Amino acid sequence: MTATPLLQAEHLVKEFPVSGTGGLLSRGDTFRAVDDVSLTVAAGETLALVGESGSGKSTTARLVARLIDPTLGTVRFDGQDVTGLTGRDLHAFRSEVQVVFQDPFSSLNPRHTVERIVTAPLTYQGRKPPGGSRAFTQSLMERVGLDPQQWQRHPAQFSGGQAQRIGIARALAVGPRLVVCDEAVSALDVSVQAQIINLLRQLQAEEGFSYLFIAHDLAVVRQIATRVAVMSGGRIVEEGPRDRVFGDARHEYTRTLLAAVPRIRPEWEARRRARAAERAAAAPDPVPADATESVRRGA
Amino acid sequence: MTSTNRHPTQAGFLEVRDLTVSFPTATGRVDVVSHLDLDLEPGGALGIVGESGSGKSLTSLAIMGLLPDKATRSGTVRLDGEDLTAMPESRLRRVRGDRVAMIFQDPLSSLNPYYTVGAQIEEAYRSHRRGVTRRQAHRVAVEAMERVHIKDAAHRIDHYPHQFSGGMRQRVMIAMALTTEPELLIADEPTTALDVTVQAQILALLQEIRRDTGTALVLITHDLAVVSEITDHIVVMRAGECVERGPVESIFSDPKHPYTQALLDAVPRIDDEIGALRSLTTTGGRP
Amino acid sequence: MPRYLVGRLAGMAGVLLLVCLFTYAVFFLLSPDPAVQVCGKSCTPERIDQIRMNLGLDRPFWTQFLSFLGGLVSGRTYGEGANAVECAAPCLGYSFQSSQSVTDMIWQRLPVSATVAVGAAVLWLLVGVVSGLIGAVKNGTWVDRVMTGLTLGGLSIPNYVLALVLQFVLVVQLQWLPFPQAVPFGEDPGRWFLNFVMPWIVLAVGYAAAYTRLTRANVIDTLQENFLRTARAKGLAPHLVWRRHALRPALTPVVTVFGMDFAGLLGGALITETVFGLNGVGKMAADSIAKNDQPVIMGVTLLAAFFVVIGNVVVDVVYTVIDPRVRVAA
Repeated sequence: MTATPLLQAEHLVKEFPVSGTGGLLSRGDTFRAVDDVSLTVAAGETLALVGESGSGKSTTARLVARLIDPTLGTVRFDGQDVTGLTGRDLHAFRSEVQVVFQDPFSSLNPRHTVERIVTAPLTYQGRKPPGGSRAFTQSLMERVGLDPQQWQRHPAQFSGGQAQRIGIARALAVGPRLVVCDEAVSALDVSVQAQIINLLRQLQAEEGFSYLFIAHDLAVVRQIATRVAVMSGGRIVEEGPRDRVFGDARHEYTRTLLAAVPRIRPEWEARRRARAAERAAAAPDPVPADATESVRRGA
Repeated sequence: MTSTNRHPTQAGFLEVRDLTVSFPTATGRVDVVSHLDLDLEPGGALGIVGESGSGKSLTSLAIMGLLPDKATRSGTVRLDGEDLTAMPESRLRRVRGDRVAMIFQDPLSSLNPYYTVGAQIEEAYRSHRRGVTRRQAHRVAVEAMERVHIKDAAHRIDHYPHQFSGGMRQRVMIAMALTTEPELLIADEPTTALDVTVQAQILALLQEIRRDTGTALVLITHDLAVVSEITDHIVVMRAGECVERGPVESIFSDPKHPYTQALLDAVPRIDDEIGALRSLTTTGGRP
Repeated sequence: MPRYLVGRLAGMAGVLLLVCLFTYAVFFLLSPDPAVQVCGKSCTPERIDQIRMNLGLDRPFWTQFLSFLGGLVSGRTYGEGANAVECAAPCLGYSFQSSQSVTDMIWQRLPVSATVAVGAAVLWLLVGVVSGLIGAVKNGTWVDRVMTGLTLGGLSIPNYVLALVLQFVLVVQLQWLPFPQAVPFGEDPGRWFLNFVMPWIVLAVGYAAAYTRLTRANVIDTLQENFLRTARAKGLAPHLVWRRHALRPALTPVVTVFGMDFAGLLGGALITETVFGLNGVGKMAADSIAKNDQPVIMGVTLLAAFFVVIGNVVVDVVYTVIDPRVRVAA
């Protein structure tokens, strides 16, 4: 890795005060959620940060996206130190790094239309949507697989998967170079989850941006990551190319994590796929990809 | 669809027939579970899988007679031949928590924060065993906690739910269910709120309990991999209806219904990338 | 637990000090010159200056504030020589209009205010909690709707209107109660009690309505809790589900609100006491405002603030006893 990585976080530490311990004058105890974490994300790659609850993965994501300030350490973006950015410089940084959150509904303002939600990041930065607000919204909706005619609707009129697509469209509006996905597919039903993963990969192939992908589900990570970093107790315990981590985990904790994932027996899976292939050959008319989502919408 | 997939009826231990649950809405009554049949033999393990809105959780509440007041239920639920839906509430209460016990998705909110776990476990036991002394109930509670591998149970019994981790809380719920040696345990998304390593431990514990006590299990979950590991029969639900049922192996190796097929196609797999998500194959070559 | 308590008490002392400072500053800046009031009508500028010096009113704010604090802790003397008046600790000030220390004035009237507050509190707790429970059980039925209407009425009717209506109905028309007249408890406990019935009702009505709403909402929320589903799934009898699992979590928040409300009332129920001519702290405050007797107004303000701050701490400490999540975390 000779070129400057797109994102470089060095020795990040984040401490939170423990409530109820501090007195009027004394400083209370602190809890170290992130403990000396360093990571890099190269242009166009997907670094997955995996771990269990309380491992510090989400806090790390927030630090990197400058949503919260680190206690110690630096964040470099494109070689520039962005740790202390404020005001206008921070705005500029926000147009490079965007976040997609876990719960699509609580992260979208229920009173706003899709148009207003999607163009909001531009508005905050005082930029005009290229080609006019409506045309811009519609083209973004098309790119994330939503019906562009629905630009005037409100979040509640969409299913969970569609709402997450709106969240992705909002992130794309500013043309970011890094998208932080904080458990972005965790709350979705499995059939919808597959579609969103598919969309995220497709968008990356088209636009070439990078993902920092925060997830607890190792099977999901396997589908999308280029490299994987495993976090536990605020530290990265193992980091490496995806297939190396999954195929030849070196750290004890990674091995425990991998062993714990429930699996469908491979022989059943192989038989099922063989049957599916037979069926596909006999009648080339597969289930439309959106079938399950349309069912949900109707229900 | 349901009738063609129906399993040949056996004189079952749990026999649900034509179960329908509906709720009133502005536009009339809506069936959230419709014409559902379930069969379970003594000591068997039945998995009910479905995505959100499939009606799987309401099914478990309907079996227990714990539906919200607004809901209406029809059909029969037979346990060892006795129809639970025809029982007066007072008799049904003696079945609940004694012969049939239940555990839920979120163990923290399922435990009362104001009482020690011991008090809550003992309460479950004493309400079904007349005339037991406090001391006896206490002993049973400690044993139940040891049974679910809570270390230092004699001491931990006096702790409150918030002093336990998520996995330990679920163990407390299971201990509570076990005190009366139930014939049937209904587990509604018991591991969904838990970390994957803790999930593995709780699933192993459920397996161990089944093996040791012969308790039958109904496991309700959205997670196909979980049901594939610990149940022997599966019912796939969508929008309140059963779309497919059968032995676990045939469902996973030869699903007949297009919905089951699509669902299995969508499951992300940890041991494989390309092709695991069928729709992913289009961009598979370029990570 | 002791560490928690020590922290709370230290915090409380700090807040009380700030309350003193703030109240003192407000009265220092806003009120008319006390020296003019002490001096009376036939007064010369020289005499006013003399009084100012005597009372220390010519000294800077901080010096005066420190003497006030000193008076609170160990008492102080106002004026010099023959005109000097003693004000024993805790000295909240001295009313030159009534030639009495404010502490003494409050002390004489506090029992009446406390009687009004305690009786009303018992009444509103009983009525509020019970009707809140009924509303929750009958949620959505006509009983619930009637009670919702009544609570709205209870919340919106002004105290003095209710007092007049009650007096007219209970005393004049039905003659169930004697005409209000102060009778010492030792002389005729029966009359004493009857005398307080109307103030209690008048004061309790608004609170009872608020507590009905609070209790109803809390119980309805608690009934949605997952642990209630667990209790039913265990096969517990309905009365046990209610008593053990619904009521305790539902009523715990009521304790918080009650502590604060009750503490606030100890500072005097201004309107109720005035309307019924009860010689309590509230009526004294009203009278002092009319007479512009500012040491008394300030004393009552401080007293009320003290009670609220102390009530807050008491509620926090009580919470550590009744809510295990707070207790064990602390």
